[in-house]
Amino acid sequence: MNLSEDRLKWAYRAMVTARIYEETIAEIYMEGKTPKFDIAAGTIPGEMHLAAGQEPCAVGVCAYLRDSDAVTAPHRPHHVAIAKGVDLRKMTAEIFGKKTGLSHGKGGHMHLFDRDVNFTCSGIVAQGCGPAVGAALSAKMQGRDDIAVSYVGEGAVNQGGFHESVNLAALWDLGVIFVVEDNDWAISVHRKDAAAGPRIADRAAGYGIPGVYIEDNDTVALLKAAEEAVDRARRGDGPTIIQVETYRYMGHFQGDAEGYRPDGEKEALKERDPIPRFKQYLVDEGVLANGDAEKLEAEAQETVDDAIAFARESEFPEPEDALTHVFV
Amino acid sequence: MSERRLTMAKAMVEAIAQEMRDDERVFVMGEDVGPYGGIFDSTQGLLDEFGTERIRDTPISETSFIGAGVGAAMSGMRPIVELMFVDFFGVCMDAIYNLSAKNTYFSGGNWSVPMVIMTATGGGYSDAGQHSQCLHATFAHLPGMKVVHPSNAYDAKGMMTTAIRDDNPVFYMFHKGLQGLGWMWNVPGATTNVPKEPYTVPFGEVGVRREGSDLTIVTLGLMVHRSLDAAKKLSEEGIEAEVLDLRTLVPLDREGVLRSVEKTGRLLVVDEDYKSYGVTAEIIATVAEAGTTMHAPPKRVAYPDIPIPFSRPLEQFALPDADDIASAAHNLMKGAPSTVTA
Repeated sequence: MNLSEDRLKWAYRAMVTARIYEETIAEIYMEGKTPKFDIAAGTIPGEMHLAAGQEPCAVGVCAYLRDSDAVTAPHRPHHVAIAKGVDLRKMTAEIFGKKTGLSHGKGGHMHLFDRDVNFTCSGIVAQGCGPAVGAALSAKMQGRDDIAVSYVGEGAVNQGGFHESVNLAALWDLGVIFVVEDNDWAISVHRKDAAAGPRIADRAAGYGIPGVYIEDNDTVALLKAAEEAVDRARRGDGPTIIQVETYRYMGHFQGDAEGYRPDGEKEALKERDPIPRFKQYLVDEGVLANGDAEKLEAEAQETVDDAIAFARESEFPEPEDALTHVFV
Repeated sequence: MSERRLTMAKAMVEAIAQEMRDDERVFVMGEDVGPYGGIFDSTQGLLDEFGTERIRDTPISETSFIGAGVGAAMSGMRPIVELMFVDFFGVCMDAIYNLSAKNTYFSGGNWSVPMVIMTATGGGYSDAGQHSQCLHATFAHLPGMKVVHPSNAYDAKGMMTTAIRDDNPVFYMFHKGLQGLGWMWNVPGATTNVPKEPYTVPFGEVGVRREGSDLTIVTLGLMVHRSLDAAKKLSEEGIEAEVLDLRTLVPLDREGVLRSVEKTGRLLVVDEDYKSYGVTAEIIATVAEAGTTMHAPPKRVAYPDIPIPFSRPLEQFALPDADDIASAAHNLMKGAPSTVTA
């Protein structure tokens, strides 16, 4: 794996940032929602899909990306946005519905758009796949070696949009990486009750492209696999499907009672927390020396605190701003 | 300006070719747009000049290739994507409405989606209800897309040029019966003089196809021609109808409609799209809200609220024609109250 020490440290810090971010948002989300939960109330209204536990998926691939590479994320986007370098202050303000947000409060947490780093979202399952194909097609037609990464949950792989897009990307040899964040649960339906075949990554064979399965939410294994997939995409050799066995430490959305999850499942997954495991790897490899981890963790906390403070202090948009930006 | 008559299909193709020569970001993708040249001739000859990179045949995967159009448009290209029949929108409405029409808004205006979706509409040739609908009101109802529908070759070229140069998604709907196809009936009035030079037709301006003082007929697409046929008959009987071609539904030239209705005091709206919740209602509401003084209550002639049937007598019964329009105009002139029709 050809990553500099700085980049590995960046990966660790990004994972910690994403974890702290999700835990902080989970707390803030409940402000104004107790004692009776009302989705429309509080500091952050609306649905909230958090990705604690899925950090390897984000940094494992984004570690190799540039700002000019496109990433399309689904409804659970924060960790990916953080790894892609989305402006965290503006993103948080957007999630709070503030004027200073990425989109001045028009999009919210499922519709984050940051043009500076080519990051987009869609709250519709598998609808980021087509735009990723288009971004890669643009790069090819313009003679750039930029690539596109389409993040989907395992629930998306049974959508036509996923199949059609993998087919089109393979047909046209486009530089797209389809990252399947397989956290087992599409809201309450388990992958085994939704996806035929032993493994989603095996479907790649049907399109004549590589399919990689990453077990046990393993950041290092994903970093290695992604390096190859990114190189292949940049060379113009076509797409790759990467299925990551990942862990969802929270509900589908905040407020989800999760009665469908077997007792003890989450606790067992938390024993396999990918962040301390990656930290240990970096210590063993000599990337993290005395005090390094603490320093990165403190930086992560500071970044999140700063973003939250910015969002809290920001003004709401004027109500009539609702009428702007339908067209450019 | 040179004088030359072109079919609507050839006029559209000419606009696309001229823009592609001028702007390498413009490209076309869709089903059968390559060697076939578009099922309704919308891309005839483009492959020979521009090759397979810029005239891209796609698999039958509208969700993906229209979604790819959105991604390409947001990454520096200006795609023209063809949805072969508008009736096929069911498999790609997410890409059209949840992506192309919303991404500008959801990005707070930071990102534009300069993309043209062109699609064939209309019936009258016994293709039944999955290949014959107009549906322009369905798309015009949804904010975030411009919706345009030329009725003749001159407009088809100018509006295509405007659409390609627009930074917003434009849903460009063309009626099969106006294309000048060699294999189905045609409307001679749709083939017009078309300047060779590139030119634009602005969106949001009605075209006054015939001036008249007694009533205003507001319509679009194929029904412009049916209304002109009706106006000719009415004129022989001493009734002078003004015929307005809306040309674009989004943006809608409400002022242009009101100007004419204020002059004539009578309004008949004619549409090949379904009657309820559509263009006819929107135009009548516009006039009602403006408080325009009328000599008679407005009337409408539109497609009845039924799926489009196959059998010739069934379909022809349901389709508005010049006689239906003339008859409604007569009732309007008599000031008769609206009658419930099919």
